[in-house]
Amino acid sequence: MSKQINVALIGNPNTGKTSVFNALTGLNQKVGNYPGITVEKKEGICKLPRGVKAHIIDLPGTYSLNASSLDENVVIELLLNKNDKDYPDLAVVVSDVENLKRNLLLFTQIKDLKIPTILVINMSDRMAYKGISLDIDYLEQELKTKIALISTRKNKGINELKELITHYKELSTEPCLDASSIDESYFENLRKAFPNQLLYKLWLVITQDVNFGKTDRKTYDAVEDFKTKSKTDLKRLQQKETIKRYQFINETLKKGQTIDLNSAKDLRIKLDRILTHKVWGYLIFGAILLTIFQAIYDWSSIPMDFIDSSFASLSEWTKNTLPEGAFTNLLAEGIISGLGGIVIFIPQIAFLFLFISILEESGYMSRVVFLMDRIMRRFGLSGKSVVPLISGTACAIPAIMATRNIESWKERLITILVTPFTTCSARLPVYLIIIALVIPEGRILGLSYQALTLMLLYLIGFGAAVGSAWILNKILKIKSKSFFVVEMPNYKLPLFKNVALTVLEKTKAFVFGAGKIILAISIVLWFLASYGPGDNFNNADTIVTEQYASENLTEDELHQKIESHKLEHSFIGIAGHAIEPAIRPLGYDWKIGIAIVSSFAAREVFVGTLATIYSVGSDEEETIKNRMAGEVNPILGGPLFNFASGISLLLFYAFAMQCMSTLAVVKKETNSWKWPMYQLVIMSGFAYIVALVAYQVLK
Amino acid sequence: MTLAELKRGQQGIITDVSSVHIPLKLLEMGCLPGNLVELVQVAPFADPMYLNINGTHLAIRKETAIHIIIETAHE
Repeated sequence: MSKQINVALIGNPNTGKTSVFNALTGLNQKVGNYPGITVEKKEGICKLPRGVKAHIIDLPGTYSLNASSLDENVVIELLLNKNDKDYPDLAVVVSDVENLKRNLLLFTQIKDLKIPTILVINMSDRMAYKGISLDIDYLEQELKTKIALISTRKNKGINELKELITHYKELSTEPCLDASSIDESYFENLRKAFPNQLLYKLWLVITQDVNFGKTDRKTYDAVEDFKTKSKTDLKRLQQKETIKRYQFINETLKKGQTIDLNSAKDLRIKLDRILTHKVWGYLIFGAILLTIFQAIYDWSSIPMDFIDSSFASLSEWTKNTLPEGAFTNLLAEGIISGLGGIVIFIPQIAFLFLFISILEESGYMSRVVFLMDRIMRRFGLSGKSVVPLISGTACAIPAIMATRNIESWKERLITILVTPFTTCSARLPVYLIIIALVIPEGRILGLSYQALTLMLLYLIGFGAAVGSAWILNKILKIKSKSFFVVEMPNYKLPLFKNVALTVLEKTKAFVFGAGKIILAISIVLWFLASYGPGDNFNNADTIVTEQYASENLTEDELHQKIESHKLEHSFIGIAGHAIEPAIRPLGYDWKIGIAIVSSFAAREVFVGTLATIYSVGSDEEETIKNRMAGEVNPILGGPLFNFASGISLLLFYAFAMQCMSTLAVVKKETNSWKWPMYQLVIMSGFAYIVALVAYQVLK
Repeated sequence: MTLAELKRGQQGIITDVSSVHIPLKLLEMGCLPGNLVELVQVAPFADPMYLNINGTHLAIRKETAIHIIIETAHE
């Protein structure tokens, strides 16, 4: 076995780079994070002819090596650090045949780093449609590379690309542009100081604000002394470099590419007359949003009901089949109901990512950004904030990571801070069960009160996000250069394989990410509810039997009294009673208190917690609901979950910041604990006040 | 005139780009002197602007467009 070839897949956004990655690796891929940052790292194994294997990294899309975001930094950090274990033996630059000129800019930069490079020209199936013809031999000669003309859509040229990768050692490493032509005297000085270093590499180190690997640090620290030019001067030189590169590219393409404009067709412009129209554009966007919500709430209810009842019967079956004991109880009441609480979200998460990835793959998302920018700017947000706010209805974590392409730091920070207000799917089970309990079943104009309440809660979440953005925009004094560029790519029919892989990968990330927390909490809660200190807990049987000796209770009733006595004196019961004074004004008892406290790890544990506390033993909604409906307010009498306490609880969950994972992501993205702590305190404090007022007014 | 004054469907040639106000990224996407630019579509209040610069379709805000100087054929 020879060693694996390290291949870095690089390219502009919207060139079908990920399709090439999927075509090369298939299901042999894994998604992780770069150490210390939340930039997604996609890597996979590609089997080449003659038993050779290539390890392929799909680097984040970038327009050039002049990085302006965290994602782009990853690209340049890897390409400049020869000691990185992933440092590529070969770079494969993916370009789109319709945007060859712009795509070649990045290609020439990579060539100048003297890394063996293959140029992939993707979407070759569109050439005839666009009237493009290429002189491949001429281009290979001028660009000093090998070219693979492929079409991932038609599945053409992939084998030829694999063949080229196998023979990567034959590629030329000659640069395209002589770096010193940017500024002769400046580069002459650099050459004298570092005779053994590649000039273009030094130039990148000087101009980029990137954190480089430790081992190369020494060389680069020395370069610091060379930052003699002012920022403005450096920028002017970068501009000159860009112009020089385009001169070279234009020269090359003049002979290597012919475009017959007469046979070219442009569907994009025709579609955009409608899709970005002042009136139609917004109406179509609204209709698409409605469809998505319909799918998430209506269509996914069928698989969700099925999952729900399956887990309930599984838990029941475990209890009946396994020998009685602590372990069986832990399995049936702690672990299985905990797992059920995770799996139940899969249909909704999958639907949401299905739609989001279709919108992104097709190119429509850029049009939404264009349509919404002006409106969002009034609230201190960017058109690009729309994507996170929509994704936030699934989960705030990927949504916050999706803010990275917002150029202005202020707009990005505000988006990060307000996104957790949008109604994420973890709030949904809480909403559903409370609504079912306290909102009457009637209808108005054919719409059920319960559905309307749910919709209102979504609007409240969105309103809170936009409203707080408006306030933050007024009070945050951050000077940041705001500029906004968004590419409007060609419309494409989404590739099934790409969409399916995205849905699979995001769902997996949710199940294993959030799942771990939910499971751990379920187990901890089960222990705390099943054990307690002192006589009151351990001798519950005797105490309760004596207490009710005079009353003629059936065996079942007595058993129930014992259980609830035990619960009250378990560890969790003691903790619950301790916090009760703080939540009583909101209309809650100590059991709800426990559910709220455990919800601060992740909201979705609310129902599971109540299930564990009420020792129903399953997540089956109907059962828990009946138990909740039967709960009596210990002080006022009457049902505990009435209209006032229900509304108060709904509002509390709408506003409170109850998700550790989100806080962790915000910390990573803003690089400080300050912002997540503000979120935790302000959002939760606001939630408490609103819930308090609601209960006191309504009761 | 500046790019911000262009009307929908109109074309022009970029003559100057203020390097202080224009991000490098925009230049790299093709917004350079000598290139042809067409205003494809505008959002309400003519902001942002949807442009076709030299075959690249992109949208920028009006506040950026005022720093790009152009010449139209009909002037």
